[in-house]
Amino acid sequence: MSEQNLFKVTIDNITIDVPAGTTILQAARKIGGQVAPPAMCYYSKLEGSGGKCRTCLVEVSKGSEKDPRPMPKLVASCRTTVMDGMEVKNITSDKVIDARASVVEFLLINHPLDCPICDQAGECHLQDLSFDHGKAGTRFEFQKRTFKKHDLGKNIQLHMTRCILCYRCVFTADQLTQKRVHGILDRGDHAEIATHIEKSLDNEFIGNVIDVCPVGALTDKTFRFKNRVWFLKPMDAHRDCPTCSGRVTLWNRGDEVYRVTARKDEWGEIEDTPDGKPGWICNTCRFDTKNANDWVIEGPRAINRQSVIAQGHYQGTVGMTKPQETFGAINDGRTPHLLMDIHDESEVNKNEDYISKNNIENA
Amino acid sequence: MQALTNRALAVNRKPMTFWERLYLINIIKGMFITFGHMFKKQPTVRYPEQKREFSPVFRGLHVLNRDEEGRERCTACGLCAVACPAEAITMEAAERKEGEENLYREEKYAANYEINMLRCIFCGLCEEACPKDAIYLSETFAPANFTRKGFIYEKQDLLIPNVTTEAAAFGEAKGV
Repeated sequence: MSEQNLFKVTIDNITIDVPAGTTILQAARKIGGQVAPPAMCYYSKLEGSGGKCRTCLVEVSKGSEKDPRPMPKLVASCRTTVMDGMEVKNITSDKVIDARASVVEFLLINHPLDCPICDQAGECHLQDLSFDHGKAGTRFEFQKRTFKKHDLGKNIQLHMTRCILCYRCVFTADQLTQKRVHGILDRGDHAEIATHIEKSLDNEFIGNVIDVCPVGALTDKTFRFKNRVWFLKPMDAHRDCPTCSGRVTLWNRGDEVYRVTARKDEWGEIEDTPDGKPGWICNTCRFDTKNANDWVIEGPRAINRQSVIAQGHYQGTVGMTKPQETFGAINDGRTPHLLMDIHDESEVNKNEDYISKNNIENA
Repeated sequence: MQALTNRALAVNRKPMTFWERLYLINIIKGMFITFGHMFKKQPTVRYPEQKREFSPVFRGLHVLNRDEEGRERCTACGLCAVACPAEAITMEAAERKEGEENLYREEKYAANYEINMLRCIFCGLCEEACPKDAIYLSETFAPANFTRKGFIYEKQDLLIPNVTTEAAAFGEAKGV
């Protein structure tokens, strides 16, 4: 990139030089932190995504160096490219804060309040968004929309009521698979994710729609109701996979693998592999490789300290080695008579049955 | 050293007089105090027969609530367990099947739910965390037990009686 093509853009009073053609959102993500607007539909790894949810609205207070007039309305930062000398206000603008609260209210109009049931709870972008930018109350007094249940096959569970129609899964299927079998049917209030006449999604890379889904509309059926994400231990692991990069995050409880997902970066998007490609993972890795011996564990995944998933986890490699029973060793081999092992008494998470092996029958 | 308050008394180290060495007056003084208590209001109650009322904010043994139709309210969302500072609560979820709609309120329910009463500190944070009004701390103690395993309370030990199928037990538990 030559020098002329660098544009100077100021976002929330922080100035950064970015190449021409960069969107405001990408420039803000380069600065990072609070300056980056939230995005529900935009996904940097998917071409053509963005512009639908309006959560990334920002105020452009100065169009460019040549035309310093402000833009008349708030603009979607994921779709607006920067101009030289542009000045953008994100969290420093009251208009943006206000508009974002309204967008959250709109997104939540038809979103059911079933976070206690939803498997996405704890890693849900809509939860984070409404917590950070939404209002506490609701003004909606009507019935929420409901849908006929669609079965998307044995691996992916669709909850259409939770969908916010971000189209990410549609783009994923378009760009990762040869033939897309699901899409958005109908319009307006009736718009829904479905396959045309009950097909199952069975492409080898279709499991990635679970990772791109910002809400709990598409979830892992093999992990359905198995555990809450914040009780699991995320571990970076890899395996030699012939079809994909094989670099994943395992969600363990003890040594048991409950769930396999791709690695996500700080924006909740799929992390790049060292060769610079997005690290999509295949269905075999995601759904069928849940034996701890199949994976080479690299270490615990670094989780944002503010996240509920970080509760009960330590940083670094603490907890990688199993604790030893020390009582006998310091007592000349005498073990206590009245020590209670909780696993002998508890019915929960018994050693002999493996919840990850689908022992709870799915309806 | 200067005293912080002017209430301090210096210890009197004068040798005792004959009357003081007899201790007679002091013994009579002490007896007056002792027997005087016989005419005062008793601060204690005779426990097993008489019981004190609990304070309205007392936090005792947990109960798992059901709704008006007798369906279990708990959906095993795990918020009580994550809120629990003593890590006393564990659970396992299961999916409600067709025909179980009268048993469980939501699509997901707690197949197993355990509270380790040895760990529990009765802080009531589980009650605060519960989004479904499913767990409450009642006005009873956890009864004593001879074994540690007797303090692992399973879901069946915690659930209140079903108002539709066990109406008599429900009324009894409610105290009417």
